[in-house]
Amino acid sequence: MNLRVAVLKFPGSNCDLDVVHVLRNVIGIHAELVWHKEFTSNDWDAVILPGGFSYGDYLRAGIIAAHSPAMKHVKEMAKEGKPVLGICNGFQILVEAGLLPGSLLPNNTLTFICKWVNIRTETNRTAFTRKIKPGTVLKIPIAHKEGRYYIDEKELRELEENDQIVFRYCDENGNLSEDANPNGSIGNIAGVTNLEGNVVGLMPHPERASEKILSPYGTEDGKLLFLSMVETLRRGAL
Amino acid sequence: MIPEYVSLTEEEVRLIREKLGREPNLVEWGMFDVMWSEHISYKSSKPLIKLLPTKADYVIVGPGQDAGVIDIGDGYAIVLKIESHNHPSAIDPYNGAATGVGGIIRDILAMGGKPIALLDSLRFGPPTDPHCVWLLKNVVRGIADYGNCIGVPTVAGEVEFDESFRVNCLVNVGCVGLARKDHIIPSRFIDEGDLIIVVGGSTGRDGIRGASFASKTLGPESESDRPAVQVGDPFTEKLLIDAMVEAIEKGYIKAAKDLGGGGLTCAVTEMAADGDKGVEIEISNLHLREEGMTPYEIMLSESQERMLISIHPKNLENVKRIFEKYDLPYAILGKVTNTGRVIVKFHGEVVADLPAKLVAKAPVIERKARKPEYIDELRKIEKPEQPDDLSDTILRLLSSPNIASKAWVYTQYDHEVGVRTVVKPGQGDAAVLRIHEIEKAVGITIDGNSKHTYLDPYNGAAGSLAEACRNLVAVGAKPLAFVDEANFGNPEKPEIFWQFSQAFHGLSMMAKGLNIPCVGGKVSFYNEDETTGTSVKPTMVIAAVGIIETYNWIRTMDLKEPGNLIGIVGVTKGDMGGSEYYYWIHKIVGGEPPKADPYLEKSSMNFVLEGIKRGYIVSAHDISHGGFATAICEMAVKGNKGVIIDLEKIPHEKGLRLDEILFSESYARFLVEIRRDSVKDLIKLAREKSAIFGLIGRVTSEKNVVMHYGEKKIVLNLRDARDSLENGLKKHLRGV
Repeated sequence: MNLRVAVLKFPGSNCDLDVVHVLRNVIGIHAELVWHKEFTSNDWDAVILPGGFSYGDYLRAGIIAAHSPAMKHVKEMAKEGKPVLGICNGFQILVEAGLLPGSLLPNNTLTFICKWVNIRTETNRTAFTRKIKPGTVLKIPIAHKEGRYYIDEKELRELEENDQIVFRYCDENGNLSEDANPNGSIGNIAGVTNLEGNVVGLMPHPERASEKILSPYGTEDGKLLFLSMVETLRRGAL
Repeated sequence: MIPEYVSLTEEEVRLIREKLGREPNLVEWGMFDVMWSEHISYKSSKPLIKLLPTKADYVIVGPGQDAGVIDIGDGYAIVLKIESHNHPSAIDPYNGAATGVGGIIRDILAMGGKPIALLDSLRFGPPTDPHCVWLLKNVVRGIADYGNCIGVPTVAGEVEFDESFRVNCLVNVGCVGLARKDHIIPSRFIDEGDLIIVVGGSTGRDGIRGASFASKTLGPESESDRPAVQVGDPFTEKLLIDAMVEAIEKGYIKAAKDLGGGGLTCAVTEMAADGDKGVEIEISNLHLREEGMTPYEIMLSESQERMLISIHPKNLENVKRIFEKYDLPYAILGKVTNTGRVIVKFHGEVVADLPAKLVAKAPVIERKARKPEYIDELRKIEKPEQPDDLSDTILRLLSSPNIASKAWVYTQYDHEVGVRTVVKPGQGDAAVLRIHEIEKAVGITIDGNSKHTYLDPYNGAAGSLAEACRNLVAVGAKPLAFVDEANFGNPEKPEIFWQFSQAFHGLSMMAKGLNIPCVGGKVSFYNEDETTGTSVKPTMVIAAVGIIETYNWIRTMDLKEPGNLIGIVGVTKGDMGGSEYYYWIHKIVGGEPPKADPYLEKSSMNFVLEGIKRGYIVSAHDISHGGFATAICEMAVKGNKGVIIDLEKIPHEKGLRLDEILFSESYARFLVEIRRDSVKDLIKLAREKSAIFGLIGRVTSEKNVVMHYGEKKIVLNLRDARDSLENGLKKHLRGV
């Protein structure tokens, strides 16, 4: 089966080629960079919204891209149950577009933060975590200024009840603590999914953690997300 | 009549009138004024810059173009450039620093390269001064907001604090690009009839005569020069990068140049002069930001995010399609001619008509040089007493903001985007980026030493280049080429020009000795505070690249394995002048600084590089600021391993005191961690390479640094050392 994965590029996206590199050269699947003006839902089995500063993050991170015509097609794919992944700015766009719950506020440090963190996998029921055992700690870098996940108490309970929290910041042993939370996210949340589990967004960058040579720890944990996606596409529905 | 703002000398005015045979008009005076400014013409510095060696068989483009280009084999090349944005950053640190990043990115694009890494070298007054902290915070935020947005990782840098940078901070930025060899383009016009296009942001009144502003000292009225500082728009820059890379890959662009200092005037005249061509342009075609701009303003605007390109007319539609894809404005200004003249029209009327070469080549000014009196006075000061508690002294030194971790700075930069950064900030002496297209890697570093250079400009500048090369070697890279940014005071003062002249002689000596070519550079003069009349400490900042042929050779500084041995390369001398130990512990600026010796440097570097290649050396660290004691603590803390050291085994000059052995900043030295089973081979290798080498200790699984010196014993807890390193700078920046 020939999988066709689109990496959707908006003006200002800047991790697009990194994701394409990992999909093609590390995972070994067919992936293409698609300019937002040329993106349609029918041509693709899955779509990834990469990190960057779409439309310069003017107004608020991700909001302009969220209202662009290309997002109608992303919404269609999401509705059809196709895997949709938003990384960093891509996560911000999915949240602004209403495809994922919550919002992403400026880090509590008020600065941009680029560093390696640990995240604990909370569920394997999503299109991007089905090959990761819940509880598994992944080493992965973050790089953002507006990554503090926020949602109100009631909705937070719903997220938990519906198993929609995908990743939480933790220490190297998987313990959640304030010290392990780099940006002040509520409940240490680093990534969430929709009810169906086919749309996932996370602030950390799996494409930067998919090759041992790039990891200070010699790890390649980010690969697991992309391999899970391939597994989902090969096996059909979740 | 000459407009009052023109800062040309009487002699220059006379020469212009004579050569031109008529009186220039207002626009033309403006063009001469900016092109003959120090910042663009290098009229004071040219004869000295020429001392530097620039050739090697792998140099594709040397100095004089927008950036240097070197061959790294297998069809790829590295593009390298350095710039300063000192004056704008001192007035408006956020925008000054941000636009410094923007400008240098476009210089890389202009050569046909894709920017893959940024470096920054920053110098401020002490972090106890709120003004300096304000400058630091906003400069870092400016670099972060711009660099992060455009998706070019900031992978390496340095930050130094010294009283002389209180008012006039130094903000130097380096950029590295990757180009396919067959895509390299020049920054000069090629053929008559080629179309000239300006692409990118609109042209406004910002930054008019910015280059002239950079050619004078900062005084009380500098605040009113704020309009001479440009404002950055990284989003437009990102579109410009994507569009240019696409057009370059398709082969549509014949020549390109950044519209930087001197704006459109500089771009068209230099491209015409260098290409032995002329131009005819209609500037009313340009997309303007504001109404009513005069031809003078349009020709001299330094608005950001603009580039000038020339293309074959047959590619016009192709190029338009790419720019329209990215919603990027462009304007077709005119075409290349063979007249050698720059003819500028505004709504059909000729507003300037000048010979390109006359405008582009300002006459050289001979400056007087005189050795400043302070040098001999400061160098012969008496030695300070050795402190009783050396463990405590080491901990205090580690917490000096000049030595302590710069994590507060580099965690604000995206240093990972591009998936190339193998050795990240804080892990090694230089950054390492993989070039996975050809399975090689490059080491990148940026270094300077204002305290040594102040006391001895000749050896200080030479030592700065040597340190940059040592930093490359420590990560396993063979140094290939460098660019230099010379930051000095007012060259009209003979004492300053003496520093400048000495520095270039020293730099040239070291470059020739190490056989490493200079592929570009910039000069920033007038770095002084007019109200107090004090200059910055002269600082030669070097950005250098090296090649790593295989990933196996990449090294970091953290200690790897208990049981491994520790060795020191090079000889330790009593040249304590300008050391961090004198500055931070004894509050002394003085003493005899280290001498730079290319022969010693070369033997140390060749030995370490070969030891790495053969796998004997598993970690390496250059010994510089803070001396041996600092270097060994950094390696231990990063690796979270202990060490036990016999200080008497460190090869050193006779008669040194213990504090001198610990804190000397003698050049040509490394610390290395050696695999136990390789020791005999490594000692043999040291002999072959005529390197001075001593085995001084071993890695332990204890959590402390233990140093013996005869009866004396110095013990440092690893946790205390880490605390000093991690909080030394950070503690000054809390809550500000």
